[in-house]
Amino acid sequence: MTTTAAIKIAGLTKSFGDHAVLAGLDLTVPAGTILALLGSNGAGKTTAVKILSTLVKADGGTATVNGYDVATQPAKVRESISLTGQFAAVDEILTGGENLVLIGQLRHLRNPAGIADDLLARFELTDAASRRVGTYSGGMRRRLDIAMSLIGDPPVLFLDEPTTGLDPQSRHEVWKTVQELAGQGTTVLLTTQHLDEAEQLADRIAILHQGRIIADGSLAELKRLLPPTKIEYVEKQPTLEDVFLAIIGHAGLDKAAAQR
Amino acid sequence: MTTYLVRDTAVLLKRSLRHILRSPDTIITTAITPIAMLLLFVYVFGGAIETGGGRYVNYLLPGILLITIASGVAYTAYRLFTDVSGGIVERFQSMPIARSALLWGHVLTSVVANLISVALVVLVAVAMGFRSGAGALAWLAVLGILVLFTLALTWLAVIPGLTANSADGVSAFSYPLIFLPFISSAFVPTSGMPGPVRWFAQHQPVTSIVNTIRNLYAERPVGDDGWIATAWCLALLLVAYVLAMNTYHRKMA
Repeated sequence: MTTTAAIKIAGLTKSFGDHAVLAGLDLTVPAGTILALLGSNGAGKTTAVKILSTLVKADGGTATVNGYDVATQPAKVRESISLTGQFAAVDEILTGGENLVLIGQLRHLRNPAGIADDLLARFELTDAASRRVGTYSGGMRRRLDIAMSLIGDPPVLFLDEPTTGLDPQSRHEVWKTVQELAGQGTTVLLTTQHLDEAEQLADRIAILHQGRIIADGSLAELKRLLPPTKIEYVEKQPTLEDVFLAIIGHAGLDKAAAQR
Repeated sequence: MTTYLVRDTAVLLKRSLRHILRSPDTIITTAITPIAMLLLFVYVFGGAIETGGGRYVNYLLPGILLITIASGVAYTAYRLFTDVSGGIVERFQSMPIARSALLWGHVLTSVVANLISVALVVLVAVAMGFRSGAGALAWLAVLGILVLFTLALTWLAVIPGLTANSADGVSAFSYPLIFLPFISSAFVPTSGMPGPVRWFAQHQPVTSIVNTIRNLYAERPVGDDGWIATAWCLALLLVAYVLAMNTYHRKMA
């Protein structure tokens, strides 16, 4: 199974009026890997994710997710995916627990309450389970949002800028979660404009520019596109992020930060 | 997918009923303006309005109930708008749930919420002296026509709920609906209105609906108004439903 493609995109085009957002997108994501779709604002990342998650119809080209065509088998695609959009899609009036149960019921699962309890524990939301989501912090909201996306164990996960607006701590928590998921065989396509995020998380990185993939490969492969490494001696200063995390005494999650 | 429509609708209905339960102010504010109008017209203007015998509160109530519903459906538009702009609709649409379950959940919630508001207004009217000797069958008919009217206006409210750009704009559609009963037989008999206004008042849906409800609980024959009112509601419901579904499928791919 590891050699099959979880996502296969060929010649995908999409225009809004005169503006061509996707101009022939080609991309393959092997099953069980994390691919980071990198691009600046307006590069077409969100449009690509929306087409793959059956929210928007493409003008041309084909895309298959988990072997199903997004245009002709949207119901099958929806059973295979989960989408975490750019903004936390949670119900503010319901409690955290009710949000999770709601998704479990809508996915027609047995024992949605049990699934909800497991996820609350896993995302350290058990204490806040019976509080309205309107009272949650940004990080808690995002954690709940991702927890909601995991219900039903969809084999393919789309994360559209999952760490936008999060503090460094919550960012690291999201990264940890994504890495754990990929370890369990979930295919993750994540979009980001943070280069360090792509570097930290992704097995492969695709750079989207003006509606096309202009580079695609592992980090090592992409680095080879540049002139050979020059050796320079630079005094290593801690980044502000290192300082911030050290001061607030968050030792567990700084593995990622310390590597830089 | 259709096998899941009922089940998914029930889940989403429960969700938005919970919203209402946790913000009962939406039901109370829906009822407050009509109740204020009821008080104003019965105790201030009512003495000067000649309706041809009988208590004025009996005459007035049907129109006030329609105003209650017309202002109540604005909350449906608002709740739908909140779902669309908050991104939760995108989550639902990317999941394997029945396509129209979200809309049906909101529409049925609207029926429940509006009936509660209507019941509140009727209670106040009873306290003000409204009386009816009508039997269960007549009241059932009143309930039926009010539900039909609510469904028609709610499907209409779905359209701005899906397309509005701001929370302020989303409820603007309800203002003309709230105003419509004023140019009808709801407050004063149409016979005293000048020609063109009278023609409009006599041929717009509110008049036939108001007359039907009024005759039903006054134990008078409903006459042609009953059929005209039912036809208006069904036609409005059909047009609003088709437009709303088109908007939904166009917006949500």
